[in-house]
Amino acid sequence: MSTGAKFGQMFVAIGLFTLVFGSILLLASRAKDRAAERIQAGAFVLPALLFLAVGLIYPAILTVYESFRSADSSSFVGIDNYLTILTQPDLQVVLRNTVIWMVLVPLAATAIGLLYAVLVDRARGEAFAKSLIFLPMAISFVGASIIWKFVYEYKPTGFAQIGLLNEILVTLGFDAQNFFLLPSPWNTLFLVVVMVWIQAGFAMTILSAAIKAIPSDIIEAARLDGATGVKMFRRITLPSIRPAVIVVLTTIGIGTLKVFDIVRTMTGGQFETSVVANEFYNQSFIYNNTGLGAALAVLLFILVIPVVAYNVRQLRKADAR
Amino acid sequence: MALRQISGCRWGVLGAVLTLALTLAACSQSDSTQGVDTSDCSDLKQYGDLKGKSISVYYPNVDPEDKAYKASFKRFEACTGAKVKYEGTLELSAQLPVRVRAGTPPDIASIPQPGLLATLVGTGKVKPAPAAVSANVDKFFGKDWRAYGTVNGTLYAAPGGANVKSLVWYSPSVFKAKGYLVPQTYDELVKLSDKIASDDSKAKPWCAGFGSGEATGWVGTDWLEDILLRTAGPEVYDHWVKHEIPFNDPQIATALAKVGDILKNPKYVNGGRGDVKSIATTTFQDAGQGVLDGSCYLHRQASFFAAQWPKGTKVAEDGDVFAFYLPAIDAAKGKPTLGAGDFITAFADRPEVKAFQTYLSTDAYANDKAKATPEGGWVSSNKGLKLENLKSPIDKLSAQILQDPKAVFRFDASDQMPSAVGAGTFWKGMTNWIVGKSDKETLDYIEGSWPK
Repeated sequence: MSTGAKFGQMFVAIGLFTLVFGSILLLASRAKDRAAERIQAGAFVLPALLFLAVGLIYPAILTVYESFRSADSSSFVGIDNYLTILTQPDLQVVLRNTVIWMVLVPLAATAIGLLYAVLVDRARGEAFAKSLIFLPMAISFVGASIIWKFVYEYKPTGFAQIGLLNEILVTLGFDAQNFFLLPSPWNTLFLVVVMVWIQAGFAMTILSAAIKAIPSDIIEAARLDGATGVKMFRRITLPSIRPAVIVVLTTIGIGTLKVFDIVRTMTGGQFETSVVANEFYNQSFIYNNTGLGAALAVLLFILVIPVVAYNVRQLRKADAR
Repeated sequence: MALRQISGCRWGVLGAVLTLALTLAACSQSDSTQGVDTSDCSDLKQYGDLKGKSISVYYPNVDPEDKAYKASFKRFEACTGAKVKYEGTLELSAQLPVRVRAGTPPDIASIPQPGLLATLVGTGKVKPAPAAVSANVDKFFGKDWRAYGTVNGTLYAAPGGANVKSLVWYSPSVFKAKGYLVPQTYDELVKLSDKIASDDSKAKPWCAGFGSGEATGWVGTDWLEDILLRTAGPEVYDHWVKHEIPFNDPQIATALAKVGDILKNPKYVNGGRGDVKSIATTTFQDAGQGVLDGSCYLHRQASFFAAQWPKGTKVAEDGDVFAFYLPAIDAAKGKPTLGAGDFITAFADRPEVKAFQTYLSTDAYANDKAKATPEGGWVSSNKGLKLENLKSPIDKLSAQILQDPKAVFRFDASDQMPSAVGAGTFWKGMTNWIVGKSDKETLDYIEGSWPK
């Protein structure tokens, strides 16, 4: 296609967009009674609905359909794919790892973020201290994984160390360890550290804002009543920011369910570190088993629904106040 | 789609106001022919005038390797007037099936695994090779190579490039200084390993690395395949690839034990990287560097490892590093050679696509590609490839091994097996094997994962 033709195409597209949008606006301006208003609302919603149907609902239905079909999607196999996920030893390890991630990352990231937010609150140099822990948020998952891969890098004692952790061990007089990425299930914990490192900053920012939003009269009243330190935190701070804590927990939880980049970059799912999202990619695109891949995607979807639902409800509650 | 078809240079013209000099450099670079004489069109006249036609090609090679490919197409473009649109990706094995299923395949793709070719033929979108390509394959390639491009009796793809995996990298200068000789038999290789182990207490004779991201373990599969070809022979190997004998057959167990004699021997490995288990976490790129810094002496790795040495390393028989052929165990069975390569597959049968596909299967193209790769790193099993056109000594050695009439060539088994095994449990199994699983556990695990 020549450049001219491409520009022509572009102008046609812009023209079409203007035409559609113009007619919707025209329709809107003509609307007088309730019925017309409804048509007008429909006209605005319709394009979005259309895109949702094509880009989200249709693929979702197709994925569910394929999850009940064979590897090349040629025949119906019932719930075989789901049974495979639950019974095959390799995939059981994948499920175990996903549970470890789901439990540890939201709790650890939120706890560290909360502790940090409370500690630096109104301290001197608060902005600087906060930006320190917030910085990893600016690094992509792949970038962070490469950084941490270097931190865990192993070379035997006696050779120049590249890895930070092993360099520390050697300097302290211990032997260098090839411990971080190799023995399962501990290696999953060292991968979890990467995600916590990234997400703690996010937790800290939201929770710090929530802490600052606690009305000062409540705090003053508590102080007059003699509350300090731990008691103040448990009785006043935590209950006041409870909605924010839940939003942070669930948001990180959703992100954790989808974790893929860290595992793929650091171990490639080897040494029994694979998680559902990683295995879904492998099955669908490397092993050409679309049935099992789709079943894993559906599983991921089912797992994420309650978390999302809870998250939305809490958000609504927080908005209502 | 429209966006992707806009070539880099055209955008360059748009941006020229800002970065004139840079853009000009970029544009002229992509026109480089790197030693290919584009004025000689005598053998390309048969393809006729293809002015205004374009052919899209999809290769698993990105910068800097793609430059040599683009340069190697220049003569065809100059002589026929057709335009070849090159697209490279490191994710070809995952992306090509997606594009085929989506109905937007490239005209021609380079497929590195016969297993993937068979899968794609199953979709019905691959065009059978034209008669001219078939004739070229008969003329320029061995029967074995024709078989790798054939699915259910029909030839679909002509072989493209090739590499030799039965190589052991070593340092000629170190060997000379220590008085070691290149081993001619497997026994000599083992004796040399023992000698190095007792001579040098600071280093280890072998270094190895299985690490390769999500492909971690492939180095281990190559080891097993290479040794299996030597202990059991090519017929057993073929049966094993096609799963006509189980994956955990006793003959495979014998071969795996033999691999273990080297890779799981703490006296032999892992030079400069730690104990046996460190093989799993060491990347294959890093592992061989020990040959250069003296922490190990031997590193079994394919010819393409030549690209991994630091700049300035002399890769030659009298240089810093070079490779020798991994010797046969039973010399009476010929020279077993493990290797791999890519296959030129077409998804369209327009005249210009057929013409280009035919050209790619000729000896003329193989020589053009060799000339267009001045840094080395490309060979083909094409019998018409002239050794003098290959620039690097290691490419010459690879071509010699490939063209040796005594060579018994076999294609990398994991590339031919179903991808759930060949790109999945075989890799994973070998990785877990090096970390501590027994031979039997490993082979049983892979056998159990074979798709039913």
